[in-house]
Amino acid sequence: MGLFSTTVSAIRKGLARTREAVGSGFRSLLMGRALDDELISEIEQRLIAADVGVAATTSIIKNLRQAYKDKEIVRGEDTLEFLKQQLIGRWEETDRSLAVAQTKPTVILVAGINGSGKTTSVAKITKSLKEQGRTVLLAAADTYRAAATEQLEIWSNRLDVQIVKGEAGSDPAAVVFDACDAAIARHVDALVIDTAGRLHTQDNLMRQLTKIRDVVAKKIPGAPHEVLLVLDATAGQNAITQAKVFAKAINVTGIFLAKLDGTAKGGIVVAIQDVLGIPVKLIGVGETLDDVEAFDPTSFMQAMFEA
Amino acid sequence: MFESLSEKVQSTFRNISGRGRIDEDGVRSAMDDVRTALLEADVHQDVVKQFCDEVVIEAIGQEVTKSLKPGEEMIGLVHQKLIDLMSPPQGTSTDPIMLVEPAPTIVMLCGLQGSGKTTTCGKLAAYLKQRGRSVMLAAADLQRPAAVEQLKIVAEQVDTEGKGNVKVHFYAEPDKCSEYGKATGVAVGVCLRALGEARKAKVDVLILDTAGRLHIDNDLMKELEGINRALNPHQIYLIVDAMVGQDAVNSAKAFHQRLAVDGIILTKFDSDTRGGAALSVKSVTGAPIKFIGVGERFDALEEFHPQRMAGRILGMGDVVSLVEKAQAEVSEEDAEKLAEKMASGKLTMDDFVKQLKSIRRMGPMKQLLGMLPGVGSMLKNVQVDEKQLDQLEGMVNSMTKKERDDIKLLNKSRIKRIAKGSGTTPTDVNKLTKQFEMMQKMTKQMAGTGFGGKMKAMKEMSKGGGNLIPGMSNMPTLGGRGSTKTLGVKSKFKQRKKRK
Ligand SMILES: Nc1nc2c(ncn2[C@@H]2O[C@H](COP(=O)(O)OP(=O)(O)OP(=O)(O)O)[C@@H](O)[C@H]2O)c(=O)[nH]1
Ligand SMILES: [Mg+2]
Repeated sequence: MGLFSTTVSAIRKGLARTREAVGSGFRSLLMGRALDDELISEIEQRLIAADVGVAATTSIIKNLRQAYKDKEIVRGEDTLEFLKQQLIGRWEETDRSLAVAQTKPTVILVAGINGSGKTTSVAKITKSLKEQGRTVLLAAADTYRAAATEQLEIWSNRLDVQIVKGEAGSDPAAVVFDACDAAIARHVDALVIDTAGRLHTQDNLMRQLTKIRDVVAKKIPGAPHEVLLVLDATAGQNAITQAKVFAKAINVTGIFLAKLDGTAKGGIVVAIQDVLGIPVKLIGVGETLDDVEAFDPTSFMQAMFEA
Repeated sequence: MFESLSEKVQSTFRNISGRGRIDEDGVRSAMDDVRTALLEADVHQDVVKQFCDEVVIEAIGQEVTKSLKPGEEMIGLVHQKLIDLMSPPQGTSTDPIMLVEPAPTIVMLCGLQGSGKTTTCGKLAAYLKQRGRSVMLAAADLQRPAAVEQLKIVAEQVDTEGKGNVKVHFYAEPDKCSEYGKATGVAVGVCLRALGEARKAKVDVLILDTAGRLHIDNDLMKELEGINRALNPHQIYLIVDAMVGQDAVNSAKAFHQRLAVDGIILTKFDSDTRGGAALSVKSVTGAPIKFIGVGERFDALEEFHPQRMAGRILGMGDVVSLVEKAQAEVSEEDAEKLAEKMASGKLTMDDFVKQLKSIRRMGPMKQLLGMLPGVGSMLKNVQVDEKQLDQLEGMVNSMTKKERDDIKLLNKSRIKRIAKGSGTTPTDVNKLTKQFEMMQKMTKQMAGTGFGGKMKAMKEMSKGGGNLIPGMSNMPTLGGRGSTKTLGVKSKFKQRKKRK
């Protein structure tokens, strides 16, 4: 049994209203219309606008054109089903819940580029874990950015969970080392590690991240059980490279797609799925602790076609 | 990419002309490649469409179709048009930050969450401090946990470590954070009182760090309007993440509609993003791009150069930046000394490591190589093993001064000692000395001869020499293609220097 599958229904908030608008936006584009070149090009534009990228869009549109030519699809309604298959078909039915270790602690490592939403997402995850009745320890492994530790500390106070931190400028791997010890000693259910933002082009910082992962793996067998890459939903095509490099450095197990409450659609995860097969597990839909949801391919896809 | 784009366009033209006359349709279909390139660089699709349509019209007007090299001409046109679009309008001030009298000049930063506002505050402060302008940073982000604390640390850092002799002040009302969200206008009040303090302290520039917000969050956008009304900032800058995708136009449009932004600052350009957002944002706001952020430290701020950005969006390397980076690391005097040594074949191990060190200070090797035109796309297969470079430095450090000056001194026992001292094997040391000797020979050849000789030496290097820099395997041969281009940029760079 994983996390989030149960809590999620309780905390739908941000998306509920968007979802309504979304479904109708998508429907009104397709319903009652015959599929023709114009509609195909409209669909293409929406995919591009959603940051799905040229390659993935081209492949989807090519299939759509073929189906249209073969007269498999005539009505807009059928198009909806077809697109669902094309897009959702990319995501296998998998368990999207966060992993839980056989023996505690479960370790969740959170990483990503600067400002993508890591610290806030760590707080959100912690809140949900707590709601599951689990005890959590936070590791403030961003020792680099000014006041990063203070930021996580404020969240830890609000959440009433313990935190392990280090001196500003100290080795983040050492903080993680201590945090692992503390997590074992205090018998917590989960250890959630917040790391400093880093660009995938900074080789030395990427090596540092690998080192952090290695420390975790050494201290706690089987850990980290979940390695989340936090992506900003506004991200463009560069996120593919980003995901590639992070995946190589720390073996990412899932994506936390933050900031989906804006107008950006986060379609880049389609391309990332195509290239790397990394599943999206959670989405962030606001700045408060409750603004988190399990990723749902269907509503995600519908949102993508909203104008 | 640039190379491959221009090749693609040229081959499209070849195909068409093979079949007959090049006409408007031919030009249009060649533009498909450009369209894809721009979309892949994250330029917004409407902007791409308008751009391509205009290029087609211009191309036909200029009768590209009659040219013998229509492909090259088209690419030239595309490149130039990108530059024009991103350049500030003629006659506008070239000073990145306009200062007003009486002081303080009020600058407000705004943007989406996580775009880099607070970091940019520090960079602007450092930029101004270095130019003798005192600054006050005011913390108007009362929402994000520890945002005030972050700005405070940034301000202190620039104040103590930044170049220049003026002070960097900091203003905040941390206790107001708890009121935030309950009462409206709290941030407006903080900004107003900051202005009062800034006047009292007689600072030249007051910079307001506002909270990140979504452009569709009406309440928070109203707050920005409130600050705008109350303080009437002289400059409002929109901070945009350079890695942003198609949505950039939506947010930029909304911020611009509410606040009439005066300039754009693009952040995180030290990533390998192509940065098409620059074009999108510029075209929806019309506001000039003032700066780009290229690192986390407060000195990582650069002025914006449309020309370089155009090349980058099209995937062409950024040679000018590379040269500038090199210039910052290597003084002219050093370079001359080195050239002399090279010419006489007296390059020592010390020189070599010094070079290597200064190259590495410029950034990760892979990123540097990526700046070379045409290399970017080939880099996928290049393994730059920084560890091996560390190892190399270790070996040299284990040599005595005499050995470093004359590598021929190395005999078996010495090699053994060096290997032991650096945690390597004698084979590693031998490899290094061989490579070094080869380099010595080649640099002599290169330095001593004219251009033709240089090319010959280069070719030899890529043919027989293989990995001149250990740790860099699979390095593709560059061939002769890059040579003329590099020369062009070099001479351009000289011109630029002269103007300065
Ligand atoms: N609207 C919205 N804002 C978010 C979301 N997640 C994070 N943010 C905001 O984005 C900004 C950056 O978030 P952080 O959590 O500090 O990001 P980070 O990745 O930890 O940043 P660094 O540690 O500086 O690299 C903050 O203002 C957050 O409130 C989200 O899902 N929606
Ligand atoms: Mg953080």
